Amino acid sequence: MSAAATGAKVVTLKQQPAPAEAHATLRGVTRVFQLPKSTLHALGPIDLDLAKGEFFSVVGPSGCGKSTLLDILAGLSAPQAGTAHFEGKPVNGVPDGVGVVFQEDASFPWLNVRDNVAFGLRRAGVDPAEIKRRVDYAIGFMGLKDFAASFPAQLSGGMRQRVCIARTLVMQPRLILLDEPFGALDQQTRLLMGDELLRLWRETSATVLLITHALDEAAMLSDRVGVISTRPGTFIDFVETGWERDRDSRVVSTPHFGDITARLWEKLRVEALKIMSTGKS
Amino acid sequence: MPKLAGTLIVLLTFILLWQGFHLLVGASAIASPLQTVAKLGSLLGTGEFWLNINETMRAFVAAFALSLLGGISLGIVLGVQRLAGNVAEPILTTLYSIPKVVLYPLVLLCFGLGISAKIAFGVMHGLIPITLFSMNAIRQMKPVYRRTSQVMRLSPSQSAFTVILPAILPEIISGVRLGFSLTLLGVLIGEMFASQRGLGFLLTSAINLGQIDTIMAIALLLTVFAVSCNSLMMLFNRQLTHR
Repeated sequence: MSAAATGAKVVTLKQQPAPAEAHATLRGVTRVFQLPKSTLHALGPIDLDLAKGEFFSVVGPSGCGKSTLLDILAGLSAPQAGTAHFEGKPVNGVPDGVGVVFQEDASFPWLNVRDNVAFGLRRAGVDPAEIKRRVDYAIGFMGLKDFAASFPAQLSGGMRQRVCIARTLVMQPRLILLDEPFGALDQQTRLLMGDELLRLWRETSATVLLITHALDEAAMLSDRVGVISTRPGTFIDFVETGWERDRDSRVVSTPHFGDITARLWEKLRVEALKIMSTGKS
Repeated sequence: MPKLAGTLIVLLTFILLWQGFHLLVGASAIASPLQTVAKLGSLLGTGEFWLNINETMRAFVAAFALSLLGGISLGIVLGVQRLAGNVAEPILTTLYSIPKVVLYPLVLLCFGLGISAKIAFGVMHGLIPITLFSMNAIRQMKPVYRRTSQVMRLSPSQSAFTVILPAILPEIISGVRLGFSLTLLGVLIGEMFASQRGLGFLLTSAINLGQIDTIMAIALLLTVFAVSCNSLMMLFNRQLTHR
C-alpha cells in the first residue's frame, strides 16, 4: 500500500531537498574496508545535507554501513573518497560541537552518575561553577536526580544510556549523532527514551542524526528519514514526515505514522530480502 | 555487618576442621590450632626467626617488584601492539606450563646460591601471569571507551590516565593478586631447595627434624600474610572501581 493510496501527506523524494542552511554535509563519501583476502565496499558514494536544527534518521538493513556513515561525520574514521563538512569546515578528527551517543553502554563504571556526566567538562577545563550548573541541569533533564551518587553497576541499561546522553548533553553539542542508542533497550523503554530525545532536541535546537534499524523509531522521531540500501550503502529514498516540532511518542497511534512506516518498509523490504537471498549480512 | 559475620563463620569452621583433623590423624601429623599458635608466638619471640622472615621478605619484595614492573609494562606493550601480542601469547602460555621447579638447578647455576637465585625463581613464577592479565586487560577493554575519549577530544595522556587506566585496572589487579601468590610460592620453593636462610629453609629443616608444630606455625604465618595482602588488594579494587 503506497502513501498516495492512503491519501496521507507523506512526501517522498528521490532527491533530497536542498536545505535552507546546511549544517553538516557529506559529498561523494565512500568507505572501503581492506579485509585480509578481499576488499569490502561498505558505503557510498553518499551525498547528504543536514539542515540546521533538523532531526534526521537513517534506516537501513544491518551491515549496510549506517554506523560507518556516522563515524565519518563524527570524524572517527576517514572516507576513502569524498568529503564531510560540519559548519562549513572539513571534518578532520572529531569537530568541536559534535556529540556522539553509542549503542553500547559507554558510561564509566568507576565514576558515579554525577562524575560521569561532568567528565568531559572537567577534562575540557570548564569553570567549576559552570560545570555544576550544567551537570545539575543535565541530570535533572534526564531524570537522574535521585541517582546522582549511584554507580552505573547499580543502574538499569536504560538509566545508563540516560547517563551517556546527559554526558553528551552537558557539552552543549550543536550536532548530536546517535548510533542506535536504544538498540539494547526494551520496546517500552525505547518509546519513552524517544520522548526524552525529542524533548532534548527541542530544548537544545541541535541538529540530530539518528542511526536506527527500528522503522517505528525513525518514523516517530524524525523530520526526515533517509533509507539506505544494502552494501554498498547508498540513499535510495528520503521521506519527509511532516510532524509538528512539538510531538511525542503518542504519534504512533495516528494513521499518518502508519503511512510513514509503511512507506519506509516498502523500500526497506526489498533491501532486506536481498540480504536474505544472498545470505550476506 | 553480615559480611563480617560470614567471615567469622568461615574462620570458626576452619579452626574446628583443623582441630578435628588433629584429633583424627594425631599430633604427630597435624599440630592442634592452639599448639600452632603457641609455637608461632614463641618463634616470633626469638631474634633468629625474625632474621629468617627478613631474608624471605627481602627476596619476595624484590621478586614481586620485578614481576609487577616487568609484567605490567610488558603486558601493556603486548596489549597495544596486536601483532606482538598474538606472537607472544602462545609462547608465554607454553613457557608458563613448564614445571619450573625442574629448571631450578639451572637457575642456581646461573645465579649462585644467594638471594639472587630466589629472586629469579620468584620472578619466573610471577612475571608471566601478570603479563598475560595486563595484556588481556588492554585487549578486552570495551572499544567504546576509546571512541568516547576521542569524541570528548581528550589528549593522549588524558585518555590514558582518566579512561584507559581506570578501565583496565580491575583486570590488572586480578593479575597482580595471582602474581603475588605465585611469586611468594617461587621464593619459598627456592628457599626450600637451596638456601641457608629464610622461611622456606626453616620449613625444610623442620620437615627433616619432624617438628610438626614449627612447620604449621610457619604455614600459619605465611597464610595470614598472603590472605591479608590479598584481601587488601581486593578492597583496593572494590574501592576504586565500584564493580
